[in-house]
Amino acid sequence: MTIVHSILLLCIIGIIAGLALYFVAKKFKTDENPLYGEVESMLPGANCGGCGFPGCKKFAQQLVDSPSLEGLNCTAGGADTMNKIGVFLGKSVESAEIRVAVIKCKGSCDKRPKTINFEGISSCAFAASQISGDTACSFGCIGLGDCERACQFGGIKINPETKLPEFDTKICTACGQCATACPRHIIELRKTNKKDMKIYVGCSNKDKGAVARKACTAACIGCGKCAKVCANEAITVTDFLAYIDPEKCKLCRKCVEECPTGAIIETNFPPRKKKEEEPTN
Amino acid sequence: MLTVSPSPHYQSDTNTRKLMCNVLIALLPACIFSIVVFGISALISMLTAVISCVFFEFAINKWLFKNEDYSIKDCSAIITGVLLSFNLPNTLPIWMVIIGSLVAIGIAKMSFGGLGCNIFNPALVGRVFLLVSFPADMTTWTKVQDYSVDGTTGATPLGLIKESIKSGKMLTDIDLPTVQDMVFGNIGGSLGEISVMALVIGGIYLLCTRTITWHIPVSVLGSMFILAGIMHAVHPEINASPLLHICSGGAMLGAIFMATDYSTSPMTSLGKIIFGIGIGVLTIIIRRFGAYPEGMSFAILIMNAIVPLINKIKPHRYGAKK
Amino acid sequence: MKTFHIGGVHPKENKLSKGKKIELAPLPEVVTIPMAQHIGKPANPVVAVGDTVKVGTKIGESSGFVSANIFSSVSGTVEKIDNFPNVAGFKQQMIVIKSDGTDTWEDTIDRTDTVVNNMDFTADEIKAKIIEAGIVGMGGATFPLGVKLSPPPGVVIDSLLINGAECEPYLTADHALMLEKSEEICIGVELLKKVLNVPTAKIGIEVNKPDAIQKMTEVAAKFNGIKVVPLKVKYPQGSEKHLIQALTGREVPSGQLPGSIGCVVSNVATTFAVYEAVEKNKPLFERVVTVTGTALPNPSNLLVRMGTSTANVLAAVGGMPENTAKIISGGPMMGKAIQNLEVPIMKGSSGVLCMTEAEAHRKKESNCIRCGRCVDGCPMGLEPYLLYALSKKNMIAELNEHNIRDCFECGSCSFSCPAHKPLLDYIRLGKANVMQMIKKEEAAKAQQQEKK
Repeated sequence: MTIVHSILLLCIIGIIAGLALYFVAKKFKTDENPLYGEVESMLPGANCGGCGFPGCKKFAQQLVDSPSLEGLNCTAGGADTMNKIGVFLGKSVESAEIRVAVIKCKGSCDKRPKTINFEGISSCAFAASQISGDTACSFGCIGLGDCERACQFGGIKINPETKLPEFDTKICTACGQCATACPRHIIELRKTNKKDMKIYVGCSNKDKGAVARKACTAACIGCGKCAKVCANEAITVTDFLAYIDPEKCKLCRKCVEECPTGAIIETNFPPRKKKEEEPTN
Repeated sequence: MLTVSPSPHYQSDTNTRKLMCNVLIALLPACIFSIVVFGISALISMLTAVISCVFFEFAINKWLFKNEDYSIKDCSAIITGVLLSFNLPNTLPIWMVIIGSLVAIGIAKMSFGGLGCNIFNPALVGRVFLLVSFPADMTTWTKVQDYSVDGTTGATPLGLIKESIKSGKMLTDIDLPTVQDMVFGNIGGSLGEISVMALVIGGIYLLCTRTITWHIPVSVLGSMFILAGIMHAVHPEINASPLLHICSGGAMLGAIFMATDYSTSPMTSLGKIIFGIGIGVLTIIIRRFGAYPEGMSFAILIMNAIVPLINKIKPHRYGAKK
Repeated sequence: MKTFHIGGVHPKENKLSKGKKIELAPLPEVVTIPMAQHIGKPANPVVAVGDTVKVGTKIGESSGFVSANIFSSVSGTVEKIDNFPNVAGFKQQMIVIKSDGTDTWEDTIDRTDTVVNNMDFTADEIKAKIIEAGIVGMGGATFPLGVKLSPPPGVVIDSLLINGAECEPYLTADHALMLEKSEEICIGVELLKKVLNVPTAKIGIEVNKPDAIQKMTEVAAKFNGIKVVPLKVKYPQGSEKHLIQALTGREVPSGQLPGSIGCVVSNVATTFAVYEAVEKNKPLFERVVTVTGTALPNPSNLLVRMGTSTANVLAAVGGMPENTAKIISGGPMMGKAIQNLEVPIMKGSSGVLCMTEAEAHRKKESNCIRCGRCVDGCPMGLEPYLLYALSKKNMIAELNEHNIRDCFECGSCSFSCPAHKPLLDYIRLGKANVMQMIKKEEAAKAQQQEKK
């Protein structure tokens, strides 16, 4: 008999609770544009902030609400995602330029000898606040991996041999988290093309040439040879440091050959033909 | 090449291992005493517990966590083993001891992340697991007469009291051991709890080496003594004397060695005192009104659960706005 | 015995150079004098390359309220004015002066050893002389003394406290100074009393220096209203805030300066510098430095000219021991490890400590066992274990709520940790992040107000 009572009682409680839930759900229902949720589900969901909005949810609302998609770009999802959303919402998408993160430092362990042995926690921000660096260069990469930890996509790995970060450009969404995390501010989001060909100066040292050269064999010494050889006036030298303007650079690679310390980095170019100028792109 | 590191450039000589070894040294008198009283069975029980605790910690580290740095080097598993065996009767079968060790290390310690991360005292979790799983074996005590076992079974003082209250007898009618017997360990009970003397010697050693502070032991024993004293004063015929309370049922073992476990006790001095008072009060309440004759284990485990809350109490801050 | 009330640790004292007389360090051939030897704005150089200077010639002019003059410590010619790496390796403006070996002092400086006790100056005259001489706190914080002596309007200073605690292990420079220059220090105290217009002053000395307590008590008896107070040996007894609590029972409110509760604290070395500046017209260009280390054959207290390189200082005591792996400028608890031997002695360098290979490295860290030693040790009543965890997780707002800004980086937590956790490292990182957050918030607020 007890067992029947128990079953009945539980059933009644269940029914009452179910009814209560039903009415509560009905009463407190909020009307939200269903598109929000659908667009959000199309976004990567990393909440990286690369679009400039606080999280994917807010960005999705903006995508739905704004009349056009101009100026709205999900860096993480890339063109594919934006196209998909554009088709879904019936709005046109302008193809945004592709950017990837690069580190402006080539000072691997063999090029930049250590001057002190630093003992402390594994944090670039902390090391940068305590010392000028464990090498004679006070501008270059510290190598303790703040960028690696900042990257939400796992696109950065510190190479244990060079102690420099390596960026996986296929993964990189140019969200800029690593650039913000870097206490030296030597990570740049750089324009690139579909084959990921780009040329940039792999050094951030603003010391005088001799000092910089002494600290690191791959340092930019500010000699200005690259600026002279550049036909497009893309290269400027300030504070003994060259900078290549990605907008003006035509990827001719003359500067790379001219640089005496090999500080200029080219990526993904086909191998050079000897003694012959090669027009690219 | 000079080494550069941020200050301080000085670190104290103590380390985790030294602290743990201090506790082991402090446990030694009680260890020896229990071997003297219970004989070889005590030694076997202790060794089983220690070896299985260390083995389980090693095994979990190596094969489950795949840690290269086995934490067994810090000796904390040995302490868990010793404390677990201290909480068991000498007649307990070996396989139960091993199960207790597995629960203590596997569930209470390693599943939370190992040393320092556990919420509950591992040895006590092991003990309570055994107590609720094998109540009969866990409450069978050999009788101790003139500092040796005589083969027959008997009850602990607190067990006697519980029985007498259940059967409606007055405390004056039953034959309780004298306080002297309890201090020097001439009573039945689990391996480590029988001699108050040996435990206090260990406690003094811990205080002298600054391994523990006075806050927890004093507040546990003090609050027990006061509460039991008040109850005894009101109804002496059903409430045991406060001295009997703090000398029996693992009160000393719990107050000095179990409640002071670093990971499972609060960080601040005030927190430690609150923690201790909580244990003392809960113990007396469980002993008087609960189903179990002794309440130390449960009291400590309950207070362990409240530690994160107690840790919200901030220490007095220099220059705080009043 | 008096002491502060919260926390504190007991590091091994290791006062190797205890009882050693103050010796003169050999005159360096070249000195490199930084323009930033104090907290605040760096001084501006007032000499040019090629200029001839004497000992005590002003070479750097104070560039603001919180700044200090810099003086040449050798006679010779200015060789270079350029940026050189400082203790932390960051480049800073320094003046290199090549000594001509004659050691010619400015004529105004009284070079005799006679003790002058001339109290005919007015308070303003004394203060002007102190500011002119470029005196800063010589205990390590290097806060310009002139600023401490100029309380903002409305603040009444009623206590002058002299810090002779020297709670850092190894260091004995203040101890030696108190033994040898007790009368001069007391005259310095009298001068400071006059500037601040306070009737009494207290000198706090830890009881591990009984000879200094005795000597100072004897000498202080000759003066009116100078009291020597023995203090318990406990680190950080010599911290400004904790000395105030030990000597007066007052607490400096969180985020404020000692002046807000009417206290001025001056180190004994600073007080001695005040005496020299006022009575002898001698600006601050030399100081007593403890050169010590377990491997040094002859740990000493040296009177060193500012700008002398660490290498030269070590040469004066028989050279750097071979197994030296770390050199610390200051004491082992709060001092800074230097990057190379060219780092010069500055106004705040109270010691040069050589650590051997065995002592130099951090011990291996292990799991936090939540023993609470860091909480018990923190003299500010903070919870370092919590700040460590929050900082590691980058929870900046919470760090601020737990008063991370009260931390003055004494190192008691890292010192006492049995698991050897780098607590202070993470707390420093967290503190920097909190400061940054507050700056950003303030900037945002200012922007909003502008819009309105």
